[in-house]
Amino acid sequence: MSIASFAPLAVVLPILGAALTFLLIRHSHAQRAVSIALLSLTLLLECWLLASVWGGGTEAVNIGGWLPPWGIVLVVDQFSSLMLVVSSAVSLAVLVYATGQGMADGDRDAPVSIFHPTYLILVAGVSNAFLSGDLFNLYVGFEILLTASYVLMTLGGTGPRIRAGVTYVVVSVVSSVLFLIAIAMVYGATGTINMADLAIKLAELDQGTKTLLHVMLLVAFGIKAAVFPLSFWLPDSYPTAPAPVTAVFAGLLTKVGVYAMVRTETLLFPGDSLNSPLMVAALLTMVVGILGALAQSDIKRLLSFTLVSHIGYMVFGLALSSVAGLGAAVYYVAHHITIQTSLFLVTGLIERRGGSSSVDRLAGLAKLSPLLGLLFFVPAMNLAGIPPFSGFLGKLGLMQAGIGLGTPLAYTLVIGGVLTSLLTLLAVARVWNRAFWRKPEDAEHPDPVLLSEPKDSATGQRAGKANVTLLPRTMVGSTLGLVVLGVALTVFAGPLFALANQSAAVMLDRSAYIQSVLGENVPVPELALGGGGK
Amino acid sequence: MSVNLTLLTVMGALYACGIYLILERSLTRVLLGLMLLANATNLLILATGGYAGLAPFFSKDTDPHAYNDPLPQALILTSIVISFAVTAFMLGIIYRAWVLARQDEIQDDVEDRRVAETPSFDAEDDAVIPVETSEFPLTMLGSDGTDVTDSVTDAAATDSAAKVKAGAKTMLAEDAALEEKPGSANVHPGPEGGVK
Repeated sequence: MSIASFAPLAVVLPILGAALTFLLIRHSHAQRAVSIALLSLTLLLECWLLASVWGGGTEAVNIGGWLPPWGIVLVVDQFSSLMLVVSSAVSLAVLVYATGQGMADGDRDAPVSIFHPTYLILVAGVSNAFLSGDLFNLYVGFEILLTASYVLMTLGGTGPRIRAGVTYVVVSVVSSVLFLIAIAMVYGATGTINMADLAIKLAELDQGTKTLLHVMLLVAFGIKAAVFPLSFWLPDSYPTAPAPVTAVFAGLLTKVGVYAMVRTETLLFPGDSLNSPLMVAALLTMVVGILGALAQSDIKRLLSFTLVSHIGYMVFGLALSSVAGLGAAVYYVAHHITIQTSLFLVTGLIERRGGSSSVDRLAGLAKLSPLLGLLFFVPAMNLAGIPPFSGFLGKLGLMQAGIGLGTPLAYTLVIGGVLTSLLTLLAVARVWNRAFWRKPEDAEHPDPVLLSEPKDSATGQRAGKANVTLLPRTMVGSTLGLVVLGVALTVFAGPLFALANQSAAVMLDRSAYIQSVLGENVPVPELALGGGGK
Repeated sequence: MSVNLTLLTVMGALYACGIYLILERSLTRVLLGLMLLANATNLLILATGGYAGLAPFFSKDTDPHAYNDPLPQALILTSIVISFAVTAFMLGIIYRAWVLARQDEIQDDVEDRRVAETPSFDAEDDAVIPVETSEFPLTMLGSDGTDVTDSVTDAAATDSAAKVKAGAKTMLAEDAALEEKPGSANVHPGPEGGVK
């Protein structure tokens, strides 16, 4: 009985919670208590999983006793358990934030009773995708989280949300169909969908078939991860959703796509056959995304564009396919989940406090609420990569790995990365200057709540109710918790970077993964193209 | 591995129609297109299982190759359930869009249009730096940043009411300084409280 026997609980607990909260749909207090309790329990379990594989080691569990490669396998290694812990911590913070918002506004105006079961299903889908050891289970994990996200995206059914929801659903379904086609083709070519088994059998295919399967999987995951030519849907659909929903989408959904890309690149198709196209895609994602962000005046849209842009950094690290590059990318994913989510949560608070999320209407928030200023400033500087924050460390690791590779394309990417970092700083500094520093009188169309005296403005009109607390303690507290987690990623960067590098080395080596799933005495094939640039 | 040619042809036709339909602007057609794509993919998965064989119930005397491959069928079953859920949700969302907008077409994003039409000139970031209001350069520089001629400087030295160029007209330096302060007489609040 290994530690991995408890891994299915990371999926089962949230689903159990979803069932319970659905039964408790008329008792909102019990619903909140159950969902927060079960998510905390899941987080504790995942921390335990991470602690047990911290020093190295890959564990696999066969669901229902079906032996691989036929049955469903869940695999716990350093990368998947790190992703589980970060994603659950972030989801817990967002859940607390959302319940705080629900309690402050009253549950009448939004169907929050539906929110809790759907949210827990989303978490279960994310966990399933991170743990999955076969392609079809990965597809099912994607579908669980996507179906939950469709409901969350259109929560309340207002005009803009339905409009954005339609685009989002159609794009997601098309990408899922592409993924399913890729799975069918992989099965047709090899007769298996177990990833460890595929790692052995794909190596025996001829190069043309292999490239076709590789590209199909990357395109399907690229849509989900919002890599440049396939990122058009994201800034269109994310900003209209409720603030906590946008926050959790921004943090988790695209990263699941990145996670799947990492597994594809390292486990299924090792070697550097598609590294150059990936590098070009990473460069375009970074630069085009951040140029889009500069044109926006709505903070949520601006952050959605920076989200797209910073996906480029992760793809950059992945495309280097060296231990240093992949390790930096792993660290960067953990950093970016935390930071991007906390920025979206702060934007939700800004919207409550200032009445708008447009920098044309906001002003003077630093004076009205210094705490809000601090909550925005720290993750914003972190995102822009100002030393000593984790964003700087992650980018530094990527730059070093890029220079270490030393090809002209890698140097171009390093320059593009620095440029993107500076432009990110410009974008968030614009938000800071306008929303926080200038006087309310200077704004183009300031909200009346900004102009009232500070002592009168602790409460205001929100969601059709008077005297609503503008900054409820639960919402500020959960945001603060996430910002502190972001700072903790900086403080504990040493051990985390060591863990990320070790997990990268294990992923590039592949033998631990394959042997933990298929048994100790399975021969691991040599890398097809001379060591994959290691 | 042999495959059924009829199924392959049907699959191709379904893909073609599905792709054509999801490129439409009408939501109902997009939904129909997605359903066709999902079913075409189910046929593709079925084709990967090879020829139709015996039901995979184990009996001692049967040659293992005579059995059907059950795994693709299990995959198809899952995929049917998923596409069923998505179709139901899409129908709901399309009905809601119809209730709200009374039309069956994808709407444009208003904010997207607005950003696309915004000129590159930003009033706050890109404007010419306004009249310098500190004491010293005021008499030296005009509003456009060029030197004010010496004669004006001389005049300013003798005449206490210094004049500066502000856009097209000339105005008193004191007024120009006042204009910089929020809440001054020159600032007319707009209907929403801001400066028009």
